[in-house]
Amino acid sequence: MAEATLAELCILAASEAFRGNGEIVATGVGPVPRTAAGLAKLTHTPELMMTDGECYLVEQPVPIGPRAYDDRKPAGYLPFSRFFDSAVWTRRRHAMVTPTQLDRFGQINLSYMGGTHAQPKVQMLGVRGFPGNSIYHPNSFFFPVHSKRVFVEGEVDMISGAGYNPAKRKAGGNFSGIDLRRIVTNLCVMDFGGADNAVRVISLHPGVTFDQVQDATGFELELADDVAQTPVPDAETLAIIATLDPHNVRSKVIKDNPPATGAAG
Amino acid sequence: MLDKRMTAADIVGQIESGMTIGIGGWGPRRKPMALVRELLRSDVTDLTVVAYGGADVGMLCAAGKVKKVIFAFVSLDAIPLEPWFRKAREAGGIDVLEMDEGMFQWGLKAAAFDLPFLPTRVGLGTDLAELGGFKTITSPYADGETLIAMPAIPLDIALIHVNRSDWRGNVQVFGPDVYYDEWFAKAAKRAFVSCEELVDRIEDHYPDDAQSNLFERCFVTGVVEVPGGAHPTSMPPHYGWDMAALKQYAAAAREPGDWTSVADQFVDESEDAYMKRNGGWEAVAKLPLPIF
Repeated sequence: MAEATLAELCILAASEAFRGNGEIVATGVGPVPRTAAGLAKLTHTPELMMTDGECYLVEQPVPIGPRAYDDRKPAGYLPFSRFFDSAVWTRRRHAMVTPTQLDRFGQINLSYMGGTHAQPKVQMLGVRGFPGNSIYHPNSFFFPVHSKRVFVEGEVDMISGAGYNPAKRKAGGNFSGIDLRRIVTNLCVMDFGGADNAVRVISLHPGVTFDQVQDATGFELELADDVAQTPVPDAETLAIIATLDPHNVRSKVIKDNPPATGAAG
Repeated sequence: MLDKRMTAADIVGQIESGMTIGIGGWGPRRKPMALVRELLRSDVTDLTVVAYGGADVGMLCAAGKVKKVIFAFVSLDAIPLEPWFRKAREAGGIDVLEMDEGMFQWGLKAAAFDLPFLPTRVGLGTDLAELGGFKTITSPYADGETLIAMPAIPLDIALIHVNRSDWRGNVQVFGPDVYYDEWFAKAAKRAFVSCEELVDRIEDHYPDDAQSNLFERCFVTGVVEVPGGAHPTSMPPHYGWDMAALKQYAAAAREPGDWTSVADQFVDESEDAYMKRNGGWEAVAKLPLPIF
């Protein structure tokens, strides 16, 4: 069996975000988060719910990449109109996404960068469902390139998803649904368990130091007392990952597809 | 009128400059593109376009038809950033009202029920409220919660593409997901549908598909048959999106980057000419359904 890659290590780390979540919809957007959600369902948390990437609920995670269209076996139905009714606004979902920017409050941006809202320097997607997701259900994040462009100094250019910024807490509003869980990157795993929900490094990938992570981050990080080394997936885990991603799409996610133990470069 | 058959030109003839039009579908899916193309051929301008946006929004922006876009995203999915919308935004000059996808349907529902707003928690803690001028309201009950009052998004006209209709506007909509098309229909003063197939009396031909009647015919003002009318977007189960055409469309935003020089390619002088340019209906019918 070949050595695990860094992308595969990230998949395992990301799957831990869904551990014990219960009967909620686990949504992973992008190859690593989607494979991670599938891995979680096939291993430690079988009660997770999941879609086929479109609108059917499936009990067998759908592999990514080309295959016969009818391979999907629907067990339930969750079209867009029911997604808000049944999953988002009832808090029965945990999404792992990759926004363009994230700041020290966990505020995320997917809308535009630079310039003004009237005339952005770079127009991106728009806020999509981030405002609703962030105020209703748990969210986690995956970033293939840990850098100051992603983890920005100051605040994100446009707050598309709510975080823990006290200045954005409107009096009388109910912010109890804001629940930011994990951030998995090519360097480490972080959570929001620091003082006043500060971002905190909870595990470092093999060969990575805290200083390296801090240098690639635009704001000050905390370090967990019991910081660990991120586990490298074993042969059994790698085999499951391979069934979820038979075309090895994951090999394209992190530049040069380094091995799990080579993150330090 | 119970006989609601019209031509695409008749439908677009009802759209006036300055109107607010809603366009059904989602990103590169189930877009009433034949009606959008007809709109692009018209001299209508200053539109407020309300959509879960894809190439419909991009083309209308590129052609200078748009004053304002009400949106949560504009994307071609496999091509995440809609290149012509992006170009128009980065040039400035297009007003926007940006909101969350869920707030968006809330606004359509408020309009459908003739309510001024519907309350929501969504948007709190983000920049949406300030940028969009959304006001808050205090719950009048014991909880006293501060909520955003999501304003209704009333539409003058809605354009929707369906799989099948009869001449009275009884529609049947297939495909795994039908998005928010029904709320576009109900939020509009007048909704017009294009269909892949027009039949005489739907109850005589397809009574077994009655559950696919997504919205009632009282919400349909006019109907036109346009096979391939969603191209280059997807229309399951008839055909998938035309990724080659969408890539070409995206590439044109870069080189030469001037809509007038490529408009023919994506609009042409008539729907027949457009279809011919894209290989004809037979080619469109063969486009494979996307796999997710």
